[in-house]
Amino acid sequence: MTDFRVPGRGRVDHDRPVKFRFDGETIHGLSGDTVASALLAQGRHLMGRSFKYHRPRGPVAAGSEEPNALIGTSRGRGRFEPNTRATVQEIFPGLKATSQNKYPSLKFDIGAVNDRAYMLFSAGFYYKTFMWPRSFWDRVYEPFIRAAAGLGVSPDKVDPDHYASRNLHTDVLVVGAGPAGLAAARTAAEAGLRVTLVDENAEVGGTLLSEPQAMIGGQAAWDWVAAELAALEALGVRVMTRTTAIGYYHQNMVGLCQKLTDHLETPNPDMPRERLWRVRASQVVLAQGALEKPLVFDGNDRPGVMLAGSAQTFLNRYGVRVGDRAVVVTSHDSAWYAAFDLADAGTRIAAIVDTRVEPRPDLMAEAAARRIKVLAGHTVSGTAGRLRVKSVRVNRVSGGTVGFGRQIDCDCLLMSGGWTPSLHLFSHTKGSLKWNETQNTFLPDHVTEACQIAGAGRGLWGIGAALNDGAAMGAAAARALGREAEVGTTDVGNDRPGTGTSHTELPTDRSAARARAFVDFQNDVTAKDLRLAVREGMRSIEHVKRYTTNGMATDQGKMSNINGLNIAADALGKPAPQVGLTTFRPPYTPTTFGAFAGYHRGTHFEATRKTPIDGWAEENGAVFEPVSQWRRAWYFPRKGESMDDAVLRECRTTRESVGMFDASTLGKIEVVGPDAVEFMNRMYTNPWTKLQPGRARYGLLLGDDGFIRDDGVIGRLSDDRFHVTTTTGGAARVLNMMEDYLQTEWPDLKVWLTSTTEQWATIALNGPNARKLLEPFVEGLDISPEAFPHMAVGECTVAGIPARLFRVSFTGELGFEVNIPARHGRALWETLFAAGQAFDICTYGTETMHVLRAEKGYIIVGQDTDGTVTPQDAGIGWAIGKAKPDFVGKRALQRPDLVAEGRKQLVGLLTADGATRLEEGAQIVLDPKQPVPMKMVGHVTSSYRSVAAGRPIALALLEGGHARMGETVHIPMPHGVVAATVTGTVFHDPEGARLKL
Amino acid sequence: MLLIHCPYCDETLPEAEFAYAGEAHVARPLDPSSTSDEEWRDFLFIRSNVKGDHFERWRHAHGCGRFFNAVRDTVSDRFLTTYKAGAPRPDLTALKDAAE
Ligand SMILES: [Zn+2]
Repeated sequence: MTDFRVPGRGRVDHDRPVKFRFDGETIHGLSGDTVASALLAQGRHLMGRSFKYHRPRGPVAAGSEEPNALIGTSRGRGRFEPNTRATVQEIFPGLKATSQNKYPSLKFDIGAVNDRAYMLFSAGFYYKTFMWPRSFWDRVYEPFIRAAAGLGVSPDKVDPDHYASRNLHTDVLVVGAGPAGLAAARTAAEAGLRVTLVDENAEVGGTLLSEPQAMIGGQAAWDWVAAELAALEALGVRVMTRTTAIGYYHQNMVGLCQKLTDHLETPNPDMPRERLWRVRASQVVLAQGALEKPLVFDGNDRPGVMLAGSAQTFLNRYGVRVGDRAVVVTSHDSAWYAAFDLADAGTRIAAIVDTRVEPRPDLMAEAAARRIKVLAGHTVSGTAGRLRVKSVRVNRVSGGTVGFGRQIDCDCLLMSGGWTPSLHLFSHTKGSLKWNETQNTFLPDHVTEACQIAGAGRGLWGIGAALNDGAAMGAAAARALGREAEVGTTDVGNDRPGTGTSHTELPTDRSAARARAFVDFQNDVTAKDLRLAVREGMRSIEHVKRYTTNGMATDQGKMSNINGLNIAADALGKPAPQVGLTTFRPPYTPTTFGAFAGYHRGTHFEATRKTPIDGWAEENGAVFEPVSQWRRAWYFPRKGESMDDAVLRECRTTRESVGMFDASTLGKIEVVGPDAVEFMNRMYTNPWTKLQPGRARYGLLLGDDGFIRDDGVIGRLSDDRFHVTTTTGGAARVLNMMEDYLQTEWPDLKVWLTSTTEQWATIALNGPNARKLLEPFVEGLDISPEAFPHMAVGECTVAGIPARLFRVSFTGELGFEVNIPARHGRALWETLFAAGQAFDICTYGTETMHVLRAEKGYIIVGQDTDGTVTPQDAGIGWAIGKAKPDFVGKRALQRPDLVAEGRKQLVGLLTADGATRLEEGAQIVLDPKQPVPMKMVGHVTSSYRSVAAGRPIALALLEGGHARMGETVHIPMPHGVVAATVTGTVFHDPEGARLKL
Repeated sequence: MLLIHCPYCDETLPEAEFAYAGEAHVARPLDPSSTSDEEWRDFLFIRSNVKGDHFERWRHAHGCGRFFNAVRDTVSDRFLTTYKAGAPRPDLTALKDAAE
């Protein structure tokens, strides 16, 4: 294999060889190489297969904009990443890289048959090809799409790395450390500001790393970079390399992703892999430079066809010649310099093909001095070669006529269609763009943030222009922050500014219909696809983009958007600025989910709230379920018990003796103040004025739209103090709603609201033996049936612990809820459990709680209601204080739709066979024989097996349900239609005698 | 992420501390029982949905807990001002002149 490394050249360390593996083969590179430069040094351009057609591809660029050379990288177990750009991944000993989208091998790939059938995959094929017949969907289309979809292979293990998140406040953030960014940072820092300078590359310097010939203020470019870096560090500038500004958000917040370990052989395991920075900057300087545009011609994607500027980078930065025999095709001056540098390094330049008729005389002279043949006023009409370009077809163009094509042999073809300012971050801010006629590109126009754009990012070409503009913009940022700033000018020798023209497709003598002229390399979109999209009626650039997928790949159209726009505009017969650019969206380059997730993974993804009794439940074999953020005991299976067994036992024990339940998650709000009772009257439907201290009441909360929001038992402790309970999931919402009304509608009321949910542990005892168990522990309160009836509340001590004791029941049995300070929750639980052994006490979880309350027809807000249910619908109209002049929701209850006939109402359902348990969520119909689609008249909201009823029971919301008692309805299920009888909602002890024990 | 000025704390703080709370200056009628069905419907559901300067409510949910009002341009997402609940609508022309 030929060695294309130029001894002594580039910023790689020629004395430090590095071995890594690519597709199982050992590759010898140098320290400082990327995977791409190391492979190119061995003469290998073929690095991947394309997404749609599986065409052989090599790198077309040298940086993060690379669309083709995507690889998978493995850095040890679980550390696999697909779609890494080979032009960005630095090599290290032990790196394992693999090519993608190929089977069985990169050189011979079966999927390349797509390339022959390319007519099938034209624009919009996603929408056209898979439409019919319907029966093909499951067996043919879907498996095909699944197999073909996606780039690379997803990682299949949990990511073992960790990721950090940081905040940073800085005066000036400079994005891009090329000549403009370095100069801006220096100027701002010298003005006394805190400056942060970031660059996505492994080292600072930007384009200067590819242009060592430049002399800056009498210093060689690379010496100047080193001196500037030292000066910046001395000024206290925070310089961050391998750090990509991924998004520019409101009010100068910029997201940075800093890669810390992907280039290291043996990273410190304590080090995060990446750090996501949220930077808030007083001023931002965007110095992101420009990206080179490809030319659009038949076969512009073959391995060996590459951007001229990138070939220059591979030579000057990595010391790699990208070929032995090059043809250069360009419409811009810059590619000539790439040709000269390569010629001077020993590559034969077979020809410079310039589409312009009269190239610059000084460039012509330099070409002549190197004996390079120049074909001015020429076009490229095709390339040949299977796994590598081997020749290029060029034609003279005169007076609009394309002449006869002739073939020039080559092993690489360097192209340049000019340069596009990198406007991604600027576009994130909704900064507007303006079309520049002479440069044929968009430039930044109206700025919406505290932001300066410097250098090539605003269309200034050449190192001198970038340096001086960078200094000026650094000074502008400093002045905006009230600092004096000096701006000098720097002389740059051997600078290479240039100009060019722009093209749609290059002119050709061949049929355009047969051309495979790629615009978006990563998504395999050709010029023909774009024109087809316009012919088929796409008028907006956003439609063209989605129909063809141009610019929608992971490179976000960095190289394809402007060419795509120019071609679409041409097809539409409109000037480009009228067609407009599609939106650039963050992130600038693909970013790991890990970086975004940061610390929020595993158990830290969301808070898990646990009650003081949770530990006991865990030790005693509880199975848990999540209820909003809480982890709640679901049921307590004994050895060998299924869930059904356990729940039936828990239900039976509670109804027959006593059961104990951890109700600590109930929301609790302390409502206090001279106007507390008035506030309660206005918030809740119920009347509170006559409720005496020491008594409790079921409270119902509506929205002002009349629909049920929440409910809970509310105790009045004194004239000016209420202990309000809410549903477990509703606590925060209810407090927010109360605060809203109190602060903004009734600010005159003297009331204070305090969330006390986590101050109290709440233990519920239910069952005929509940009092017998509790009574011996209570001091300071007579809890006899006469002194402490159902819905009484009082303060006392329980087992010596100060308590608020409620006599209340959510089961229909004699019930008490003991509230004690949370820290005593577990101790009291254990005390009562031990004493309860005399009564064969059981602990029960949320499932048994659900069954017991359903047997009594007690609703659960959010399960039996869905935000469109009124108190009347739910059958709890009795909870409304009709004499009150107003409460939240009262007026809405009179709205026509809320009093209309046929509303869905809560009913009970008993299946006709007495054995089938309905499925929650199942739809209800009146006539099961009606044609499909049937008219649904409601759905099952709750359904359980009931010991007390001796059969399955269900609650349902049913149209006109209250008037359908005794009727039969039908629930169609996959295995047949189930018939059920409409009943009331109380299945157990309808007189409530057991509450009064 | 937006920065929002809480008029009670008199601090400019990250959006994550705040919760949006719908359009501002939609007062609940003092005597709901005297409103017509249409008036109550409008109070409940009809909102201005402007493209441009929007009067809206925010709550400093993870701070002082107070509800306050703001004017935000729904196109640029930029806050023109924030002010205490109960205060009258600010004069936008004067605010914009001051910002120029
Ligand atoms: Zn505040």
